[in-house]
Amino acid sequence: MTEASVAKDAVAAAEELVVLKGVNKHFGALHVLQDIDLTIARGEVVVVIGPSGSGKSTLCRTINRLETIDSGDISIDGKPLPEEGKALARLRADVGMVFQSFNLFAHKTVLENVMLGQIKVRKADKKAAAEKARTLLDRVGVGTQADKYPAQLSGGQQQRVAIARALAMDPKVMLFDEPTSALDPEMINEVLEVMQQLARDGMTMIVVTHEMGFARSAANRVVFMADGRIVEEAVPDQFFSNPRSDRAKDFLSKILHH
Amino acid sequence: MTVKLTVLSAVGSLVWGTLLAAMRVSPVPLLRGAGAAYVNIVRNIPLTVIIVFSSLGLADIFGVTMGTDNFDIQGFRLAVLSLAAYHSAFVCEALRSGINTVPVGQAEAARAIGLSFSQTLRLIVLPQAFRSVITPLANVLIALTKNTTVAAAIGVAEAASLMKTMIENEAQTLLIGAVFAFGFVVLTLPTGLFLGWLGKRLAVKR
Ligand SMILES: Nc1ncnc2c1ncn2[C@@H]1O[C@H](COP(=O)(O)OP(=O)(O)OP(=O)(O)O)[C@@H](O)[C@H]1O
Ligand SMILES: [Mg+2]
Repeated sequence: MTEASVAKDAVAAAEELVVLKGVNKHFGALHVLQDIDLTIARGEVVVVIGPSGSGKSTLCRTINRLETIDSGDISIDGKPLPEEGKALARLRADVGMVFQSFNLFAHKTVLENVMLGQIKVRKADKKAAAEKARTLLDRVGVGTQADKYPAQLSGGQQQRVAIARALAMDPKVMLFDEPTSALDPEMINEVLEVMQQLARDGMTMIVVTHEMGFARSAANRVVFMADGRIVEEAVPDQFFSNPRSDRAKDFLSKILHH
Repeated sequence: MTVKLTVLSAVGSLVWGTLLAAMRVSPVPLLRGAGAAYVNIVRNIPLTVIIVFSSLGLADIFGVTMGTDNFDIQGFRLAVLSLAAYHSAFVCEALRSGINTVPVGQAEAARAIGLSFSQTLRLIVLPQAFRSVITPLANVLIALTKNTTVAAAIGVAEAASLMKTMIENEAQTLLIGAVFAFGFVVLTLPTGLFLGWLGKRLAVKR
């Protein structure tokens, strides 16, 4: 084996950032995740779609262990997910998460929201944290709102702050669980634009969304889930114009013609 | 004496009550059980029994001297201990109801950025819970102020027992009673009003 090919193998291994193998999860009798195998490469943008209740949120939440799993393995950047304690907290800091309902800390200002994790988890000093927070808030276009409280912002602004809060931890991968579903239509685009910019900047992203425009323009791959299983995986163009499974055809016909 | 007793017991019950509330929401079943047991037992024992027990039981039988030989100081310290132990159970329950008003998403977002359980509780959940329970907490503190009278059972010179001595000496029962009742209102009313105002000011907007 030549040196070059060894190096190439090492790169290939490092390219796999998030790996799920044979993941199963039950809520009581309900089998929400069934034998999920999914690999996400560094820099890849994967959109997860599927009918309500198919387990998309649960899948997202198992990746930073907000939900535990019953069997299978999940590893991030080559390391298996820690069970709990300090190691788990450290891992969560490396995995950014953006929620449907924003979940900004209601008793802290926008700036404090973005500073908190840097100071308490990354042990950054206050000045550096504030500076970085302002840079990030500018980047998502809410720099002028830094001293307001979350409740004083529109939904679209809150969600952009939430993205900045996650970015402040310098995450290796970002999880988005229906980030625009709780927004008024006129605010959806301002959030999607921030996400598209992130995708262009090379961030690894797992995005649960029904925004087909975003999936087509930003995703490398679409994962279609139904009843706790991954039914189909394809590049966006192929998935939307020529889905293979009946479940996906059925689902697409419902969301595209309404 | 009433003021000093109230302030010290209030601080004690707030601190211990917060710890109890933390135990009751912790992921460790043993801590949860211990917290629940404490609250349910202490809450259901009359305060008089606790105070008399601490005086007779702790001091006289087990010889707990609270670091002093002076009988009055010992009585005072035991009164603080009992009042704090008793009211902490109510502080804990008030806080726990407050914790339940904080949306789960707040704690999830905190965990998602890598905060530990105790950081999540200290930095995110409790500060919001405190703000939503200022009114019920004020009720606990007002009850505590009035309950200092029970400390008389072990001879701590608080207002009510002072009143009793005075009534025994003089005949102006009604007037003296009214003066002391007024005194308590003076102590509790501003507390209540202040905390009510604070509650409105600090309320977390969602
Ligand atoms: N904490 C829970 N306890 C019990 N059942 C749950 C819990 N969370 C989710 N479920 C159930 O698990 C199934 C999958 O839920 P999940 O939220 O992952 O679906 P989803 O694909 O995200 O749906 P949606 O598009 O509505 O968000 C649903 O049937 C849901 O009712
Ligand atoms: Mg969901």
